[in-house]
Amino acid sequence: MDTFRIGIDVGGTHTDAVLLDQNNKVLSETKSATTDDVATGIYTAMKKIIDDANVPREQIKYAMLGTTHCTNAIVERKRLNKIAIIRVGAPATLAVKPLIGVPDDLREAFGKYVYLVRGGHEFDGREIVALDEDHLYSIANEIKGKVDSIAITSVFSPVTQAHEQKANDIMKEILGEDIAISLSSEVGSVGLLERENATILNASVVNVAKSAADGFINALKSEGIHARVFFGQNDGTLMSVEYAVKYPIFTVACGPTNSLRGASYLSNLSDAIVVDVGGTTSDVGVLVQSFPRESSLAVEIGGARTNFRMPDLISIGLGGGTIIRIQDNGEFTIGPDSVGYQLQEKSMIFGGEMLTATDVAVALGKVDLGDASKVAHLDKAILRKVYVNMVELVEEAIDKMKTSSAPVPVVLVGGGNVLLPEELNGVSEVLRPAHSGVANAIGSAISQVSGQIEKIFVLDEVGREKALELAKSQAMTEAINAGADPEDLVIVDVEDVPLAYMPGNATRIRVKAAGALAREKDKVIK
Amino acid sequence: MRIIGKQEVEDIAIGAALLGTGGGGDPYIGKLMALQAIEEYGEITLLDVDEIPDDALVAPSSMMGAPTVMLEKAPNGEETVAAFRQLEAHLGKKIYATFPIEAGGVNSMLPLALGARLGLPVVDADGMGRAFPELQMVTFYLDGISATPAVLADEKGNTMLLSTIDNVWTERIARAATIEMGGSTMTSMYSMTGKNLKDSGIKGILKLEEEIGKSIRLAKLNNVNSIDEVLKKVDGFELFRGKVSDINRKTETGFARGIASIEGLNEYKEQTLQLRFQNEHLLAETEQRLLCVTPDLIAVLDAETGLPITTEGIRYGARCVVIGIPCHPKWRTEKGIETVGPRYFGYDVDYTPVEELVKKGVAY
Repeated sequence: MDTFRIGIDVGGTHTDAVLLDQNNKVLSETKSATTDDVATGIYTAMKKIIDDANVPREQIKYAMLGTTHCTNAIVERKRLNKIAIIRVGAPATLAVKPLIGVPDDLREAFGKYVYLVRGGHEFDGREIVALDEDHLYSIANEIKGKVDSIAITSVFSPVTQAHEQKANDIMKEILGEDIAISLSSEVGSVGLLERENATILNASVVNVAKSAADGFINALKSEGIHARVFFGQNDGTLMSVEYAVKYPIFTVACGPTNSLRGASYLSNLSDAIVVDVGGTTSDVGVLVQSFPRESSLAVEIGGARTNFRMPDLISIGLGGGTIIRIQDNGEFTIGPDSVGYQLQEKSMIFGGEMLTATDVAVALGKVDLGDASKVAHLDKAILRKVYVNMVELVEEAIDKMKTSSAPVPVVLVGGGNVLLPEELNGVSEVLRPAHSGVANAIGSAISQVSGQIEKIFVLDEVGREKALELAKSQAMTEAINAGADPEDLVIVDVEDVPLAYMPGNATRIRVKAAGALAREKDKVIK
Repeated sequence: MRIIGKQEVEDIAIGAALLGTGGGGDPYIGKLMALQAIEEYGEITLLDVDEIPDDALVAPSSMMGAPTVMLEKAPNGEETVAAFRQLEAHLGKKIYATFPIEAGGVNSMLPLALGARLGLPVVDADGMGRAFPELQMVTFYLDGISATPAVLADEKGNTMLLSTIDNVWTERIARAATIEMGGSTMTSMYSMTGKNLKDSGIKGILKLEEEIGKSIRLAKLNNVNSIDEVLKKVDGFELFRGKVSDINRKTETGFARGIASIEGLNEYKEQTLQLRFQNEHLLAETEQRLLCVTPDLIAVLDAETGLPITTEGIRYGARCVVIGIPCHPKWRTEKGIETVGPRYFGYDVDYTPVEELVKKGVAY
């Protein structure tokens, strides 16, 4: 029996959707406006691709959603959970309490139930002090009925989870199994404040994630589709809906990641630079072995510094709707503002008044779009200069993302990719694959499932070989738990970084495993 | 005397990162400690070194161990308080004020956090005028001031007083104890008299850091060139302007060593700058000439924002401006060059002051 899958990517401006067959052939695609409530936009796009493709609904087996629900909730500070913050680590860490360094409005939103508990571990796994369990019981009783989600962070929990687990058990014992608990060791790596911030943000969006998941599942059901639902995450792989509602923070950067993954699939390239040209900005990212290269720098979400898995991106203020202003003396500016989703009303080729980047490309004959006669009167010499400048902006961003000066292939995706020429400086080949306008939705649909771990190992004690093996098997277990097919798993990334000024060859090892989705029947048999 | 608050601390952190010349670790956590201490205990009193009585006891506060550990197991805040109490008991004298041992990284911020917490004045002077990696690399050492008695303290409440025969033993014992105490400790080494600090310290370092940070911040607001502003503040020189084209790193014996290549842009086109670092940037040269070498300061600034880039933060493609800043004259003495000059770090060149290199250039 043929099976089909749906991929949806909700962006700031557009909600894109595709329907693929089992060989990942695109049967239908659409771009519709993202709605304020998000859900309506998803439903509209989904209905359109299902109707267009006209395949038996019961054979649509998988539905993958990449969504900005959680990102928006954090940025807008809306619909956030009532949370408690528990840090296990006193007497260490008191000089930098939770929420120090995050914006005031977030401190206010989250700062009501903050607790510092004695416990935590040293870098080598020894206890700093014994865990203060009595304190945890009294906290649980105090927050009963007042919060619906708890963020727990223990010092050096990436080395040993013991105190976080114990704290988790005590909270569940008093508050019941239904209380949402986010453990920092599941969320981030070494670096207390950044990991704690990510855990706090995670705890604050579990309700948002839950309603997004429920909404999506119900929308599918109302169309008569009973598919397995997955969420796209920041690292370009999928997580099961059960995992996504526990750790929704991993969805916040899935949009750009999906377009990178989609670009990789459509171009059949595993190592390349991807330029995603949207309406307002272009994102430039890097594919390494078919996955986005991750940022090594601290990433801020909603103004809070975090340190976890995010794609390394440069965003430049050039998109299809970017406004171009030319003065009488011939000087000009490019953006940074844009007409955004109103390109169809405001740009000159569609009868509007604003000169946009798209108008410039049409006037110079680079793109056949709208009514070219409306821009025919413009001074071509100046427009040529503008166009050269636009291309240079992109070339500079590409150059910044390269790791060496050798030319690399570039894949162009996104609705505005037609703006860019067939040749770019420092680029060996410019690819513009079919369906590149909805690469993000395709990226969402074709994703694999992954698992990752990051831990400090003292190599003088365990040995490098054994430490790597241990890390790999833990990463694979994580992937299987997230829904990957055990038969198909491969290790896609291994990184080990020796720690400066540390004895015993202490090394931080990070491993990621990924594989295809485990099929339904596998689950039944096992 | 001057009172400083949160904005000044933010500015000082940027200036400290610049004078840290690529090393010294991320001042971020130190800055947060200082900000929290100001929120909880009030603002910080800064004293000019001339305001300190000659016979007063002054003691720096700094951290020892792995910065990575400190970023996970942040301090309690009371460690240095306990260390200071033990030092006072040992010396039979109250500590009058604290001060930073170096400019750059987390150690430039720790005395500010402590100053706010205890209401203890912070002296506007340090022992480097920049950042260096080793215990003896302070101007106090040049004048024969001992690092001991030194105190180590951890967050659990353990403290340890060290009396050693020389700096090598101080370093050896302190590092071993630090590992047992959990990989990161707070220390006070080089306590001294007010007279010592006046004679051997580098004056006005916090003020300079603050002015650097402020000029970068205001340049952005006023839309003026932040790098020009910084050069004016530090009497520095633009050495090069370009784009990072290669980074070659390796971690050896606890140091992040390496070479960054920067391809020239604008008037530096066709030239390549080689920047050699060991935690800090130590030597800058092109194929034709030496541009700047330790102990003079080499800072790499983001060409757009003027913000300093650390050795860990240097990435391929980054547009940057490399600037050279004359070091304090104390480092330009024979003993100074012996302690922190190019040959100590294994570079086979003689030290020549940056202002002379800029003027005539030393051809290879």
